[in-house]
Amino acid sequence: MTTPATTETPSVIEHLDRGPLSMNEVAGVIARDMPAGAYANLGIGHPTKVADHLTADRGVVLHTENGMLGMGPKAVGDQVDPDLTNAGKVPVTELPGAAYFHHADSFAMMRGGHLDVCVLGAYQVSVHGDLANWHTGGAGDIPAVGGAMDLAIGAKQVFVMMTLFTKTGEPKIVAECSYPLTGVGCVSRVYSDHAVIEVGPDGARLLETWGAPAAELAERLGLARSDQQTHR
Amino acid sequence: MTTTYDSVDEAVAGIEDGSTVLVGGFGLAGMPFDLIDGLIRQGASDLTIVSNNAGNGEVGLAALLKAGRVRKVICSFPRQADSYVFDELYRSGKVELEVVPQGNLAERMRAAGAGIGGFYSPTAVGTPLADGKEQRRIDGRDYLLEFPIKGDYALVSAYRADPMGNLVYRKTARNFGPVMATAATTTIVQVSERVPLGSLDPEAVVTPSIFVDRVVQVDARSYSVQGAR
Repeated sequence: MTTPATTETPSVIEHLDRGPLSMNEVAGVIARDMPAGAYANLGIGHPTKVADHLTADRGVVLHTENGMLGMGPKAVGDQVDPDLTNAGKVPVTELPGAAYFHHADSFAMMRGGHLDVCVLGAYQVSVHGDLANWHTGGAGDIPAVGGAMDLAIGAKQVFVMMTLFTKTGEPKIVAECSYPLTGVGCVSRVYSDHAVIEVGPDGARLLETWGAPAAELAERLGLARSDQQTHR
Repeated sequence: MTTTYDSVDEAVAGIEDGSTVLVGGFGLAGMPFDLIDGLIRQGASDLTIVSNNAGNGEVGLAALLKAGRVRKVICSFPRQADSYVFDELYRSGKVELEVVPQGNLAERMRAAGAGIGGFYSPTAVGTPLADGKEQRRIDGRDYLLEFPIKGDYALVSAYRADPMGNLVYRKTARNFGPVMATAATTTIVQVSERVPLGSLDPEAVVTPSIFVDRVVQVDARSYSVQGAR
């Protein structure tokens, strides 16, 4: 009995007829990849935009950790009710079939592995899926973690939504995070303006790129993936 | 046995200096404003406050902090756009802070209320918040030992109470209320409505009366929500 010496390398999809994605477009890509019928939590900030791209026929049920399943869109005008907010404390609405619950139950839904997907922002993600998104570690910065650490280790899949590079051009996918960690080996995919990148025990792998070939991005990110097949 | 009071001041009487007080609410939703204002008038100081946040603007918990009654805050998310009262006290060393991940905060109070002496949680493994905690591998996964947080008092805001002290809540204002109600020696609840015996559906009671010691009805208060436009 022998095993093949090499396994087939999955191909990367390159979108070269356009530039990088806007964060709103990144939200659309995450919505595209969200499993139908998933129970999902969208973190504060950019990830909340994913909700705008989820159509009802997908059957995705949104969880907000302050105690609700079946969260609807942001409340406007008379819909604003101070007793009904999301985790970012923004007024939201409820959909038919919504359920309310207390905090211990809400976090049992995550920690207990019942939540299918959570989408979080990040300062840095390591190639092995370590997440840094709660604290810059700067002197005088008041630490505040909220539900970030519970979410990071709780959902079956953790998607990170972020720009791939800092404002000064440094990669946010790194060999080891320099910021304090939120969770270890917890991220499965990074959705960014330039690329979708799988991370995990086997390292980082580009799955889809926008505005630049995979080889060029791999070079900028310091990833050794010259063996990747590409099609255009 | 639940006692219903006619005034907030009676409901918060007897809270001693140095007490640990669990304060419900997530931001302003479910914040027991009237009980906190009563606590400020009552005068107890050197308090340890357990709550998700550390106050917004200058109302509720922020007002209690501003009055100088708080020695320590145990919370998950002190830093917010409008948490300037806490920020100033923390930076000048006038209040201690223990940051606890939100789910651990809830579960540590749940454990206290359920008589559990400690539990292993996977949250925060490998992070700075694991420092000093016992780590144990169970069935291939790493966990940290977490201890209960028990309150001397809990201040909770609910929607309706019957004369027994059974409670229901309203929307996401429920948040920490049901957990905190179980975790304190004395649970004090402000409600928007008192309803007759038998009018709450027993199938839908969220906090059974056994967890409730004192109830007081308060007038509905309008408050703006952070992020509201």
